[in-house]
Amino acid sequence: MSVMSDKMRTYRSHPMSLVFNILTKIAVTLTIGIFVLIVGYVIIKGVPYLKPSLFSANYTSDNCSMLPAIANTFIMLLAALVIAAPLGIFCAVYLVEYAKKGNRFVRLIRLTTETLSGIPSIVYGLFGNMFFVLALNWKLSMLSGACTLAIMVLPLIIRSTEEALKSVDDSFREGSYGLGAGKLRTIFVIVLPPAISGILSGVILAMGRIFGETAALIYTAGTVAKYAGLSDSGRTLAIHMYSLSNEGLHMNEASATAVVLLVVVLLLNGLASLAAKKLSKGGN
Amino acid sequence: MTQPKLQVKNCDLFYGDFQALKNIDLEIQEKEITAFIGPSGCGKSTLLKSLNRMNDLVEGCKITGEFTLDGVNIYKDMEITELRKRVGMVFQKPNLFPMSIYDNIAYGPRTHGIKKKAELDEIVETTLKQACVWDETKDRLKKSALGMSGGQQQRICIARALAVKPEVLLMDEPTSALDPISTIKIEELASELKKNYTIVIVTHNMQQATRISDKTAFFLHGEIVEFDDTHTIFSNPKEHKTLEYITGRFG
Ligand SMILES: Nc1ncnc2c1ncn2[C@@H]1O[C@H](COP(=O)(O)OP(=O)(O)OP(=O)(O)O)[C@@H](O)[C@H]1O
Ligand SMILES: [Mg+2]
Repeated sequence: MSVMSDKMRTYRSHPMSLVFNILTKIAVTLTIGIFVLIVGYVIIKGVPYLKPSLFSANYTSDNCSMLPAIANTFIMLLAALVIAAPLGIFCAVYLVEYAKKGNRFVRLIRLTTETLSGIPSIVYGLFGNMFFVLALNWKLSMLSGACTLAIMVLPLIIRSTEEALKSVDDSFREGSYGLGAGKLRTIFVIVLPPAISGILSGVILAMGRIFGETAALIYTAGTVAKYAGLSDSGRTLAIHMYSLSNEGLHMNEASATAVVLLVVVLLLNGLASLAAKKLSKGGN
Repeated sequence: MTQPKLQVKNCDLFYGDFQALKNIDLEIQEKEITAFIGPSGCGKSTLLKSLNRMNDLVEGCKITGEFTLDGVNIYKDMEITELRKRVGMVFQKPNLFPMSIYDNIAYGPRTHGIKKKAELDEIVETTLKQACVWDETKDRLKKSALGMSGGQQQRICIARALAVKPEVLLMDEPTSALDPISTIKIEELASELKKNYTIVIVTHNMQQATRISDKTAFFLHGEIVEFDDTHTIFSNPKEHKTLEYITGRFG
């Protein structure tokens, strides 16, 4: 009771703080509301149509199986990460551990990564189409798609790795150099291990983007609903869903696919926040 | 006159445009403890760090002058890894790596190519004993080093520095973050280590300097105002400024 009246008294003398308080609460409610709405909508629309036939071994236009698409998604995920993760991590290691601060080259890289991360994914798709599909003549293929996605998530991985490396206390580096260790040993044995969970959470966020990407893939990997090798055209789960709803004949199956997609993305985000939590604990 | 263990001749040091050390000349004798005293920001840590080239890590740091270890120029004629192996460093804040106590101690020796487990075990045990933390650590060698108290961590840091068998030990305010008992332990340890090692220690604690050091250098604004036997500095300094500082009238 007295707490209430205390609050009221504060608000009377500072009316703006009441307004602000209400505004923040509205914002929070809206955010949570929208999230619940979307998830609820997807689940209510999709779950009733989750049938075993959706997971049959091969796709036909009757069963609309998403199994090939799931397999393709993981191949795509793996291929894009195999390219982007090492590249991004090494680039960040260079930026943080080797490059001189304020060096012009570093500023250029930073500008590039920042710009790249703001570009809509369809632009990556068109670039991938021009470069990988046509110029390199890799055709519409998983490889073209994976390379395009790799470029797309590269800035994300670089930035998060940079942050993770910077969060490692300089005193560890000093301690290591002070014992006569070289740069390479210091980076691999002292700096990278405590940074690993931060790096991981960036990689997992990248996985989330790859998983949900459609625009960048339509013109690079294509929409063939078959198990695809790297040189074949193949659709990922997101594309699968896009195609189903685009054709307009299989809306229910599309909804069911959405449920699977959603579950996987939520799982990935859960992993990301777990890794991030570990980072804050490990960093002390 | 024997050759000094470490010698600094005519050293100027700049951080960018800021001159942190001016015309430093200094001789550090073997198996003695040399203390650096002086007000904050006068360049004690800076000089200490240039003795094992930790300043190389600082961007925009320019050093001129001659630094020698046993007569060999450490900036020109010595591998940096060898220098840092021979001239070890203990930092102001304990900076144990986030790994086990054992791995912390073994990190240095492993860096310099010692791989055999028996040999590493032996080094870990002897250095922890040397640093007087063996009793507190022997049952938890495989546990994270960060679970130890600040004083214990600092002694483990000393053990880690000793593990590469250095000849000189540089200590930058090693007790500034510690309680009086841990401080006494580290001081006793330093006096004990003096038998085998040359020690340079930065301290803000005058009593500490008088208790453990043989020579004392008094710094002011990047210069060494006076360098002499600790006894002389504290009982009969030649410079007026030294007297003012040790009697607490400024700084
Ligand atoms: N990395 C750096 N870049 C620029 N200036 C620096 C750097 N390190 C130290 N300085 C400057 O050099 C001067 C000497 O610093 P130093 O750390 O050697 O002082 P100190 O005598 O050890 O002081 P304290 O007793 O507070 O540790 C200070 O004015 C400081 O601001
Ligand atoms: Mg200092």
